[in-house]
Amino acid sequence: MRSYEKYFRQNRLPHMWCPGCGNGIAMKSIVQAIEKEGLTQDNTVIVSGIGCSSRASGYMDFDTLHTAHGRAIPFATGIKLARPELNVIVITGDGDCTAIGGNHFIHGARRNVDLTVVLFNNNIYGMTGGQASPMTPMHKRATTAPYGTVDRPFDACKLAEAAGATYVARSTAFHVQHLTDMIARGIQNKGFSLIEAMVQCPTAYGRKNKQGQPSVAMKWMRDSAVMKVAWDKLPAEKKVDKFPIGILYENKYEDYGTAYSEVIEAAQK
Amino acid sequence: MQKARLMQGNEACAEGAIAAGVRFFGGYPITPSTEIMETMAKLLPQVGGKFVQMEDEIAGMGIVLGASLAGVKALTASSGPGISLKQELIGYAAAAEIPVVVVNVQRVGPSTGQPTSPSHGDIMQARWGTHGDHPMIALAPWTVRECYDAAIQAVNFSERFRTPVILLMDEIVGHLRERVVLPEADEIKIYPRRKPKMSREEGYQPYRSDDDLVPNVANFGEGYHIHVTGLVHDETGFPSGSAKITEEVINRLHEKINRAQEEVILYDEFWLEDAEYAVVAFGGTARTAYEAVRNARARGLKVGMVRLFTIWPFADAEIAKLSKQVKGILVPELNYGQLVHEIERAVAGRCPVKLLAKYNTEIFTPQEIETAITEFCK
Repeated sequence: MRSYEKYFRQNRLPHMWCPGCGNGIAMKSIVQAIEKEGLTQDNTVIVSGIGCSSRASGYMDFDTLHTAHGRAIPFATGIKLARPELNVIVITGDGDCTAIGGNHFIHGARRNVDLTVVLFNNNIYGMTGGQASPMTPMHKRATTAPYGTVDRPFDACKLAEAAGATYVARSTAFHVQHLTDMIARGIQNKGFSLIEAMVQCPTAYGRKNKQGQPSVAMKWMRDSAVMKVAWDKLPAEKKVDKFPIGILYENKYEDYGTAYSEVIEAAQK
Repeated sequence: MQKARLMQGNEACAEGAIAAGVRFFGGYPITPSTEIMETMAKLLPQVGGKFVQMEDEIAGMGIVLGASLAGVKALTASSGPGISLKQELIGYAAAAEIPVVVVNVQRVGPSTGQPTSPSHGDIMQARWGTHGDHPMIALAPWTVRECYDAAIQAVNFSERFRTPVILLMDEIVGHLRERVVLPEADEIKIYPRRKPKMSREEGYQPYRSDDDLVPNVANFGEGYHIHVTGLVHDETGFPSGSAKITEEVINRLHEKINRAQEEVILYDEFWLEDAEYAVVAFGGTARTAYEAVRNARARGLKVGMVRLFTIWPFADAEIAKLSKQVKGILVPELNYGQLVHEIERAVAGRCPVKLLAKYNTEIFTPQEIETAITEFCK
């Protein structure tokens, strides 16, 4: 048995994700980051929204909360502030986090609540069968964008940074060790951390967009991702069709819970 | 004895909640409930509790559910449009059996309506506002002191039954200021958070119910590794697609309240001994009705009154009993007619039921209700 297997509810497996899906890779990276950072199964809570990504909470042997669509961050904020000694990790998807949950996402970042948010970005609504999300790239096809989407996509990392997150990173299901490291660093940050984990969806996204083979999507991740250090030196014309991975933004700022404990002190004077 | 204070209903509600052990508030400002949140912002940190002004009504509901799951008693407050926005997560709380209190200080609707005017337009929303089949408890206080007591009662019911409770106030009692003497701390009964009665090793299942059909769901962070979901789940807490389990769960959710009706359904009776007619009223309107009935009796009319404190579950047995005694029931409501339909259902044709409806932003005057009583008694 591998050391991280204890973090899974063996009786809930196998998972319900399609063959070739990247969610399992991202989920495994989360538990490896948890192990790396020395968090325990008793002092960690996993909170998820609704969608393919958010089914992960049911497989993980912690206190786990599968909330309503888009609402993982408010629930997680309540848990963290009620019991600050708990480590709270949020698992969400691109639709869950940046569409229906978009307001909670930016305000969670603004408050700098000490949460580690791992956004499984598969560029599509997978569970409902492949509708376009706010992170579906321009001109890619979806059941609700049969001619290619003309909605401009969000860059969730830039959004988090602008909204006030104190740790923002991106990695992919291809860069597994790196993804684990990015999540681990997010757990270390006492504040709002966003890790965008790019994952392949061969079924709902891939088949419509010439990535029906999981290996094709993963090769695309390998060839398109550029480490942040190299990305910064890249001339603009070489950035076309590529994206940066690594720690994209970091800042030290007092987290909400700490700030509120000062409110309690002032109120009790 | 506590010193008498001049208090507003919304303030009394907030203080009652704190007395009941609430240590967490999340919400969004909305008239006419805002004073509850403002009072919480001031008082909660004084007792070591936490207050968060959220980005929207939905987040205000989500954060209190998270806090409650982590073992801290939590409350949110809103009105009209805000309550509409919270509905999905009120249903979540009913399904996942999370104790929480949602205060609705009713204003005129639909939509943005009349924000600073009273209404009882949310009677049916309190019962049926969210999707799916689930029971609901809703309490409607009629005095400032009762706003305090009702907040305690609502918190206790939410913990006792592990269910959301709607504290169905209205702009009248919410903004009313009255002389109040609050109870001493030792006079207040608090229902503590239910705890697991066995360990994981002994086979603990978070959604296996006790003899009273209510489960002892562990708080997060206590080592039980529970799973909480809004999907239909079996006693393990994990989703189940089974038809049998779905039916069992929906039955149990209803039955846990149904079999405790005597404990939950609370009301006052006035002058019923010799009453030939009765007024049934609730909330701020019951204050006016009380005055009207008293005046009518002073003129020799044999009229009594039932003041409903518990709106949901509905007081079927009490109203049925009343219908066997009186020749008619008058129902004044600040809406187009909502609770009157429940009363008609419980009366089942045994006596006439007359609605006195008002929905023009103004409250009833005692004279209006008294005139209606006089007409009705002819």
